[in-house]
Amino acid sequence: MAFTLTYNVALVMFGAGLLGVAAGVTGTFMFLRKRALLSDAISHATLPGLCGGFMVMVALGGSGRALEGLLLGSAVSAALGLLAVNFLKSQTRLSEDAAIGAVLSSFFGLGVVMLTVIQNMSAGRQAGLDQLLLGSTAAMLREDAEMIAIGAALVFLVGFVLHRAMTLTAFDENFARALGLNVPLIDAAAMALVLAVTVAGLKIVGLILIVALLIIPPVTARLWSNRAAYIWPIAGAIGGASGLIGAGLSSLAPDLPTGAIIVLVAAGFFLVSFLVAPARGALASAMRHRKFQRRVHRRQGLLALAQGYRILEPYTRKLLQREGYVRADGVMTERGQSAATAAQRDEARVAYLRSKPDYAEFLSRHDGLSDLSRAFTRDELAHIDTRMEAAS
Amino acid sequence: MNGAEFVPLSLPPILIGILAAIACALPGNFLVLRKQALIGDAISHVVLPGIVLAFLVTQALDAWAMLLGAGAAALFAVVMIDVIKRVSRIEVGAIMGVVFTTLFALGVLLLEQSSASSVHLDVEHALMGNLESLIWLEARGWASLLDPVALASLPTELSRLALTLVLIVVLLIIFWRPLTLSTFDEGYAESLGLPVRAISLGLVMVAALAAVTAFDAVGSIIVIAMFICPAAAARLMTDRLRSQIWWSVGFATLSASLGYVLAGYGPLWIGLDNSVSAAGMIATVSGLILALTAVLGPKRCATTT
Repeated sequence: MAFTLTYNVALVMFGAGLLGVAAGVTGTFMFLRKRALLSDAISHATLPGLCGGFMVMVALGGSGRALEGLLLGSAVSAALGLLAVNFLKSQTRLSEDAAIGAVLSSFFGLGVVMLTVIQNMSAGRQAGLDQLLLGSTAAMLREDAEMIAIGAALVFLVGFVLHRAMTLTAFDENFARALGLNVPLIDAAAMALVLAVTVAGLKIVGLILIVALLIIPPVTARLWSNRAAYIWPIAGAIGGASGLIGAGLSSLAPDLPTGAIIVLVAAGFFLVSFLVAPARGALASAMRHRKFQRRVHRRQGLLALAQGYRILEPYTRKLLQREGYVRADGVMTERGQSAATAAQRDEARVAYLRSKPDYAEFLSRHDGLSDLSRAFTRDELAHIDTRMEAAS
Repeated sequence: MNGAEFVPLSLPPILIGILAAIACALPGNFLVLRKQALIGDAISHVVLPGIVLAFLVTQALDAWAMLLGAGAAALFAVVMIDVIKRVSRIEVGAIMGVVFTTLFALGVLLLEQSSASSVHLDVEHALMGNLESLIWLEARGWASLLDPVALASLPTELSRLALTLVLIVVLLIIFWRPLTLSTFDEGYAESLGLPVRAISLGLVMVAALAAVTAFDAVGSIIVIAMFICPAAAARLMTDRLRSQIWWSVGFATLSASLGYVLAGYGPLWIGLDNSVSAAGMIATVSGLILALTAVLGPKRCATTT
């Protein structure tokens, strides 16, 4: 198994890379608008249109494989699907997820019915159509690749021009409207981009898995950043890399399904990000949790020591010992002594502050765990101490 | 259409289709009410890798091993979705999209790479099922329904689905109160001390059970459609949960039987000589029923008083 960069492989990799970039950028908007799964309905709803387009073209005497016809057909049925989702959502009591699921499954079912009709119409003619479900790059032609390249470039361009308006709409619809943006038009543009990505991706990824390229890169990018201005370029880069690497990998052996490999490469990016991303990653979150746990145990342990108890809880004991507050036999060190006294004094201050409702807001600066000197100035602490003495 | 032809060729697939449709529609009612309809979508996608893995491990098309594999895959997906949601605090719909597409892609890859494609297991089968091929060879006519020898040769999918359906109904009756309470008012249910998370997971597992058993016979298109369409249509017919469930059972039955008949005989009526995909037609009919109720259903709009 050796990687040889033949003309055809290069073509597919180039096309898949561009497609990935376009899908990542388009998907970001759907994701930020909390409509990620609407793309799934759109891509599934293209199937009846593809078949319908094919049938009409055959009926008119063509071969049925002209891309313009398939494109037009899929655009019409995807638009009908979207209208159906919107109708169910706004005119009935059904929620959006039920509307999406209903449209997705019944349109796809209709598409499958039409697919079997086509299969019966005449053998051979339909050869290309059932491959559109899962994609197939084995027989990719130069024209196909060029079409994908042009389509992806257009999607990228439109996405680039509209991304400010789109993110604004995603975050605050009303604010966008107040700025004079045409929100329905922007939404429609986003749907059109999803449709374009689906159709451009039919040959490579297929219409069942294309939604993965629209969802995984933005979610992965979201793990790395809180800022929309960074999310969409990162998503584009991840999508592009997935397409490029996936298409390259799948050329290594004859039976590797290109679309599935591309999706799995994207999933690999997601998995790594999920583990190591700084704020939202699993490791970071586990570390935060441990740090918090240490603080609670340290505080509770010191308070117990100050009141003369022995520490029996093994984790607390090990922690205090490691940090030099107690010796191996459980007796406090000098450092432990002063820390315990400080903790107890803090506890008394907090108890005093809590008993006075006037101090509630003042006290809210304290998180209940760290030294009071972190939340209050020395003067403030002195003030509290004087009050406490006067009270007792 | 006489008994000698109808009973062996059409009756078993219609019955299997109806049973599968009802088994999915029952948990579907609660998924729709809980705004978890797309969990059904996710489950039916992850069934594929589960089945392929089971095949790779056992090297045989053993139905029970595949059910187990698919169930395990569904559980894995649900747990993954929950873990990623908790850790990353990202919107659950997008997480679902990540998990189920990844697992589906994994299933496609395993399928293409294994020898599974040489036996009767391929993606198209997974999507569309093989409802039409579930025929009853021993049947000679209506009389065979009373003939124990002939009955023994009914497709095993039929008895498996019937068993699953009975199990689902029993579970529904036993857990009716906690399930409905936590569906309509989770906070109240929690304050009563009900284990709401366990109930939610249990519902998803029942849905997975229905999906997995039905999938084998009818393919994932019907499974997704039957989780959502009958329940959604029933929701537009009534305000009461009990009658909603009865409506959904009726719609599921109607979709399965009408869809199968239209797919098998419809093309003949309009002069074509080949039948079309029954699975696709059943899903289409259920969508049409939903469309009708969305326009005419007495309770189609949110109650405003």
